[in-house]
Amino acid sequence: MIALFVNMLSAFSQQADTSQYKSKKLKLDEINLVSSYYHQDGNNSAVTGGLGTEKLTDFSNTLDLKLLRTDKYLREHTLNLEIGLDHYTSASSDSIDPHTLSSASSSDTRFYPSASYSIRNPSNGFTYGGNLSFSAEFDYTSVGAGIQVAKASKDNNREFSAHLQAYIDTWTVILPVELRDYSQDSRKYGSKPRNSYSGSFTYSQVINQKLQLSLLLDLISQNGLLSTPFHRVYLTDKTVTTEKLPDSRFKLPVAIRANYFMTDRLIVRSYYRFYTDNWGMKAHTFNLELPIKLTPYFSLTPFYRYYQQTAAKYFAGKFEHEASDVYHTSDYDLSKFHSHFEGIGFRYLPEHGVFNWKLLNTLELRYGHYSRSTGLQSDIVTINAKFKI
Amino acid sequence: MSRTRTVFACMLLCFALATTGCRSVKEYQKMYLNDSEMELSARKAEKFENNFQSYREGAAGANGGKTGGGCGCN
Repeated sequence: MIALFVNMLSAFSQQADTSQYKSKKLKLDEINLVSSYYHQDGNNSAVTGGLGTEKLTDFSNTLDLKLLRTDKYLREHTLNLEIGLDHYTSASSDSIDPHTLSSASSSDTRFYPSASYSIRNPSNGFTYGGNLSFSAEFDYTSVGAGIQVAKASKDNNREFSAHLQAYIDTWTVILPVELRDYSQDSRKYGSKPRNSYSGSFTYSQVINQKLQLSLLLDLISQNGLLSTPFHRVYLTDKTVTTEKLPDSRFKLPVAIRANYFMTDRLIVRSYYRFYTDNWGMKAHTFNLELPIKLTPYFSLTPFYRYYQQTAAKYFAGKFEHEASDVYHTSDYDLSKFHSHFEGIGFRYLPEHGVFNWKLLNTLELRYGHYSRSTGLQSDIVTINAKFKI
Repeated sequence: MSRTRTVFACMLLCFALATTGCRSVKEYQKMYLNDSEMELSARKAEKFENNFQSYREGAAGANGGKTGGGCGCN
């Protein structure tokens, strides 16, 4: 009787029959190529003490590969591999030492590979995984590692995820030319650590057939050299020194994201973030995107972002810091300001592939203009080509 | 500090109020939710926008992007 009952139960259970399963290897599923061109100009460079050109151009590219496989327990394995390459030119960096090219330099290239692996088990809703990353440029290297776990509800209408991440970074301490100690071998730069640890927690919830929300919380702790060694600070007595900031910082951002499929053609994507840290800074970010589906395959997305922040308690402009100040910076990224970022995106996702090339699944182009109340202006153009194999 | 707590409390309250109206949505009813424009994460094409904003502004995080690493010093 018991054997019959167990047999009946197993007949009604949802466990998949894996006896016929053949083990599969990881298979390339998707390739993304993302390239962007960024240009900015302003007159508050921290390298020249809060007054001077901020002209900068940056050309960034990433290639990312997504590989998938399903194992004999029907768990989904995902491997993401990414390689990034940025090249920038910066007028202000050229002022660290205008007489040589061996400074952080007027141009530099950053190379950053990364890999992540995750396993999703549809039968119990768990996903777990990890990641490794590396980044190198002339005066800075960064090594990152992280782990994550997520649990979805049985009906897939709720999900909670936690992500722990660490970045172990090393700065090469390059001082402005007039502040270098020539009694020592000036060809040898010292180095200092900067470490960042974070816990990111996300709770997502489906509200109804057209609305879903997520609540995001990050706890971020940084320690080590948090000031930038080649940023100058001019004091009230007209002398010059380098930026000095505390060697620890705790950041607490919390955000809500809500996406609503308003009509068959219009979607509302909204985001609000509140940020506070122990350097006395508070910030609000509001972002709105309105994807409009002009055809089933083509959408147009106007977007707008408003941001405002209070100044960090260690900030003051050129010639405004007292020599007695323990910490001081004239970096306008830490000043009080508000900013606007607006632009438009185009997404083309035809049924038979872009230009009838089946592999090229999606083409997306975005342009945005950024203006800050300090006078900084910037423009960014991004193109994303997605290939489905 | 009290203002910070008030903002956090308001955000939690908004989220709680919104989630009290939840309906169980079956997989076959998720046609709109599964649309690529409805993803609860930033688009890939937004990655570099998030990067420059985190460098040019004091605040960062809670957007699914990087929380550290790299100097952003230029």
